[in-house]
Amino acid sequence: MNIRFDREPDNTLVVRIGGDWSIADGLPSTDELKRQIGSKPAPGRVAFDTSELACWDSSLLAFLVKLTDCCMQESILIAKQGLPEGVVKLLDLAAAVPEKKDARKHGGSTPFLSRVGEAALNAGQSTGEMLAFIGEAFVALIKLIRGRARFRRSDLFLLIQECGAQALPIVTLISVLVGLILAFVGAVELRLFGAQIYVADLVGIGMAREMGAMMTAIVMAGRTGAAFAAQLGTMEVNEEIDALKTLGISPMEFLVLPRMLALVLMLPLLCLYADLMGILGGGIMGVDLLDISPTQYFNETILALNLTQFAVGLIKAGVFGVLVALSGCLRGMQCGRSASAVGEAATSAVVTAIVSIIVSDAILTVIYDRIGM
Amino acid sequence: MENQLSKKEACIEVRDLTMEYGSFVIQRNLSFTVNRGDIFVIMGESGCGKSTLLRHMVGLKEPASGLVLYDGASFWDCDLPGRRTLMRRFGILYQSGALWSSMTLAENVALPLGEYTSLSPVEIKELVSLKLSLAGLAGFEEFYPSEISGGMRKRAALARAMALDPDILFFDEPSAGLDPISARRLDELILELRDSLGATIVVVTHELASIFAIANNSVFLDADARTMTAVGDPHRLLHESNDPKIRSFLTRGESN
Ligand SMILES: Nc1ncnc2c1ncn2[C@@H]1O[C@H](COP(=O)(O)OP(=O)(O)OP(=O)(O)O)[C@@H](O)[C@H]1O
Ligand SMILES: [Mg+2]
Repeated sequence: MNIRFDREPDNTLVVRIGGDWSIADGLPSTDELKRQIGSKPAPGRVAFDTSELACWDSSLLAFLVKLTDCCMQESILIAKQGLPEGVVKLLDLAAAVPEKKDARKHGGSTPFLSRVGEAALNAGQSTGEMLAFIGEAFVALIKLIRGRARFRRSDLFLLIQECGAQALPIVTLISVLVGLILAFVGAVELRLFGAQIYVADLVGIGMAREMGAMMTAIVMAGRTGAAFAAQLGTMEVNEEIDALKTLGISPMEFLVLPRMLALVLMLPLLCLYADLMGILGGGIMGVDLLDISPTQYFNETILALNLTQFAVGLIKAGVFGVLVALSGCLRGMQCGRSASAVGEAATSAVVTAIVSIIVSDAILTVIYDRIGM
Repeated sequence: MENQLSKKEACIEVRDLTMEYGSFVIQRNLSFTVNRGDIFVIMGESGCGKSTLLRHMVGLKEPASGLVLYDGASFWDCDLPGRRTLMRRFGILYQSGALWSSMTLAENVALPLGEYTSLSPVEIKELVSLKLSLAGLAGFEEFYPSEISGGMRKRAALARAMALDPDILFFDEPSAGLDPISARRLDELILELRDSLGATIVVVTHELASIFAIANNSVFLDADARTMTAVGDPHRLLHESNDPKIRSFLTRGESN
């Protein structure tokens, strides 16, 4: 590409454009152009000579747009006759829809204080949203109890399958390993006193009261809570949730309720299964490492455990189920309208779920202590 | 570049193409040629496989049988780098826009420019503004796709398709969702892209006005026969075709 500037005697600036123009070669610099237009005496008119122009593409258009802008600022007339017809048409098309000045967003940095303020307002708002969500979920639950909630039963069964049976392999693996670890940690200490047999008590009570529910809930938060958030988030992105709302179907009943039910039903069952698997894991360790006979281990476990111990864990599991489902659905429904927002929703669903699991576990433990369970 | 129009030179050639999803045949025995500088329209009822045909032409889906040739070379017989180079000559407007939702319009248009040219950020910015204003979206650089209307999304996707001044443009229903004036301006833009920049353009569209305004060649896909039933200039098809389906398609069902 080459550009030359010539002054005609009648104070016309002739821009001679020649050669091949391609965006692959970059855009020409505009310094020379600005100097020519700014030079005294200012040119009265700008004309073009493109007799040597070969191929051209957007790079020429971009250059001419810039030239036009410069000339407009100096209120210099432009004679477009010298340009190829196609260029003129494309420039006209580009100028056909004037720029919406008020549309342009103002960037720029916000001062520190206003950012702090915004963060505080956001925090307040998101707490409000969370409370509203919990309230709505509760209302939907009441509707369900009165038999008025609208959702598809087939969805519920699919969800139950998804967060019940399909979670068994991972729950098995995790809880057997947790049982093994508990037994091992206990064995190291208890062996010092010759009290190996109490490993069975330790594992049994530990799994039934605490670890079974906690580990299952954390696995389900990562597995199912994230999936809920991603599903609902994608539905939000595709305006599927809006489509439900305009049909008069509450997404709360239609989407959130079945998910919550499925998890609340399945998490205690999974938890019970995890308890047994954990005890099995502890048993393997006890028999293998501590030379306790299987019968001995079994009898000691039966002695140590009673139904209350299991109930403690199962109630916790139910509560965790609600929390995992709520945080998954909440983050999914709050999702923004982009692919990365779906990712953020899934991440924050898991974080919210795990934090609320641990916090509620602490609270429940204190309550159990007070009521002597 | 203008003089290329006079030479009839095959740019894309589809030979005996059969398209399937699994074992479900969408269309079979498609054969047609798109010449350089053509504006080639793919017509047919909704669901007959137009978008699918486009996906085959741009190399997103491998044909069940048959060939897609670019300048005589079969797309699927090229090696991977060869296919990439070919694909870089394409600009594609997807039916649903397919803008990257976590990027602003400016970033959407700038991405191909940043990947495939050595332009500086300032130059890219100028080109992006130019492309957006060609699509009638001047001033919307900093908006996210979720913050603009459906038709604007379509136009932004068009700006992205044009970003690299590609040789071959594929537009899937570019005027769906546009008002008549914008649709008309789009037709002018398509004609101008061909006449001035020498692009070859393949368009899927149902807009009769637009078909007759821009197309100089076309193919008609029949959903029931599962194959193409006509190929040629739509003006000629309107006057000469005996197929009642094509006639009623081209006259909005008013001829019989
Ligand atoms: N991913 C897919 N898997 C299976 N079948 C599909 C898939 N995508 C499309 N189809 C089927 O292929 C056929 C053609 O679809 P296509 O999207 O190509 O239609 P179209 O002609 O573009 O329609 P429209 O004008 O409505 O966009 C349809 O019958 C559809 O059911
Ligand atoms: Mg389609």
